[in-house]
Amino acid sequence: MADTQRPLSPHIQVYRWQVQMVSSILHRATGIALAIGTVLVVWGILALASGEAAFVQFRTCIGSPLGLILLLGWSWALSYHLCNGIRHLVQDTGAGYAIPQFVRSSWLSVIGSVVLTVVIWAFVLIGGAA
Amino acid sequence: MNLRVGTDDVRSQLRHPMKFARGLGSAKHGVDHWWVQRVTAAALIVLGLWFLITVLSLLHADYAVARAAVAKPWNALLLILFVVTAFWHAVLGLQVVIEDYVHTRWKEVVLLVAIKFLAVLGALAGVLAVLRIALGV
Repeated sequence: MADTQRPLSPHIQVYRWQVQMVSSILHRATGIALAIGTVLVVWGILALASGEAAFVQFRTCIGSPLGLILLLGWSWALSYHLCNGIRHLVQDTGAGYAIPQFVRSSWLSVIGSVVLTVVIWAFVLIGGAA
Repeated sequence: MNLRVGTDDVRSQLRHPMKFARGLGSAKHGVDHWWVQRVTAAALIVLGLWFLITVLSLLHADYAVARAAVAKPWNALLLILFVVTAFWHAVLGLQVVIEDYVHTRWKEVVLLVAIKFLAVLGALAGVLAVLRIALGV
């Protein structure tokens, strides 16, 4: 039963953006993206099982400009969901709920995910030369 | 259960305590969803990092090398674990998103069943493919 008299949940258009809110929204968004990404993982394994032609086709697709952009997105999504997931597991123990700690750990997830993504692609670029 | 509710009221005294519990109590699932989501999350920290490192190590591997890598017993085992755990965790997460945002009941149910079917299909396809590679068939 909706009580229309009580104030509704603050809508994002009129709500001041804060990092805690961003980290929460991103966790869901990256989770959905990663769920779709599992299809790519299965495609890769299926291609590997099917034979060389299918595998070459798979590599050509993920190595295309569009494929690389998607891989960049997915690698960041994985990095973020991993960092923020660890943060949530720590919070599940009851730790880190004071507002300053909460804000700090939110930033830690965001920054950590960017650092991890940069490390991954730095390795790809360096490995690409070898 | 709060049995003090309306104890001064004669009608409440005549009402069996079960009346207050029925329809409000346990759905017989308890914290299963919450707990399994955490357990698969913890497993995916290890399995996800292993998967990431393995993929990066095979960056420029040709078909034979990549196939041989996946065929190694430990890699095959961990890849199967990764695929199953990832789909499991994904279904639990998507379920919550659907329950939160899809307010038309029949659409909600259809989506909830659809993601479960797709997850089982994806996980089994992945596992079967790994087994084919590992067993060389």
